[in-house]
Amino acid sequence: MSSTFDIVAEVISETSEIPRDQITPEVHAIDDLGIDSLDFLDIVFALDKKFGIKIPLEAWTEDVNQGRAKVEDYFVLRNLCARIDELVAAKNA
Amino acid sequence: MRLEYFEMIDSVEELDVERGRIRTIARVPEKSPVFEGHFPSHPLLPGVMLLETMNHASGYLLMAINRLTRLPLFTGVKKGKFRKYVTPGMVLEVSADLVHDGSGFGVTSAKVEIDGQRIADAEITMSLIPFPTEELAAEIRRRAQHIGVTLPIGV
Repeated sequence: MSSTFDIVAEVISETSEIPRDQITPEVHAIDDLGIDSLDFLDIVFALDKKFGIKIPLEAWTEDVNQGRAKVEDYFVLRNLCARIDELVAAKNA
Repeated sequence: MRLEYFEMIDSVEELDVERGRIRTIARVPEKSPVFEGHFPSHPLLPGVMLLETMNHASGYLLMAINRLTRLPLFTGVKKGKFRKYVTPGMVLEVSADLVHDGSGFGVTSAKVEIDGQRIADAEITMSLIPFPTEELAAEIRRRAQHIGVTLPIGV
């Protein structure tokens, strides 16, 4: 978890020019950090490359739109890291 | 190229969906209102139109990869470089290679060459959205087919 978070935080800081010390596991990428959808594409691109996965952004958006998940489930960084860990585990299974 | 209509690509010479590669031709027109302003008595294709041309090649590649079911929209450019002047009548080879096939977006490495000499290059990011209307889908697919993207839709 901590190493995943460190990588995610570093990517967000570099991509969105947000000071690293403002990025904590509890923050919401959109509401707290103000990351917009275009910056988020860059972040997902970088995370896909770093972890060798394909973050299912469209499926997540559909889940939120259909009420099957809350925005926080994907965009609070602690939860985002957990989703990434699941994707990495599935890839390595 | 029909610059005033933003029709930048004339033909697709090579399309390899499996490898994620497209190579196209764009013929710079001899005359265009664009050249009347850029620049008077010294016509040069604006760099932004070279970028748009690389954007279109990338878009056709991403549309082909998605079997013409998604509309690519230009959302980002990095490492854009315009190395040489382009003048009326030049024939451009415009290619794009898939760098990343993301969920709802794609990233390409695109370039423009003339006789093997690099003219411009850029890394381009595009969102891939459902066509907002059937009318637009039909028109974009017609245009894609016209230049040589002849894949079956949605297969």
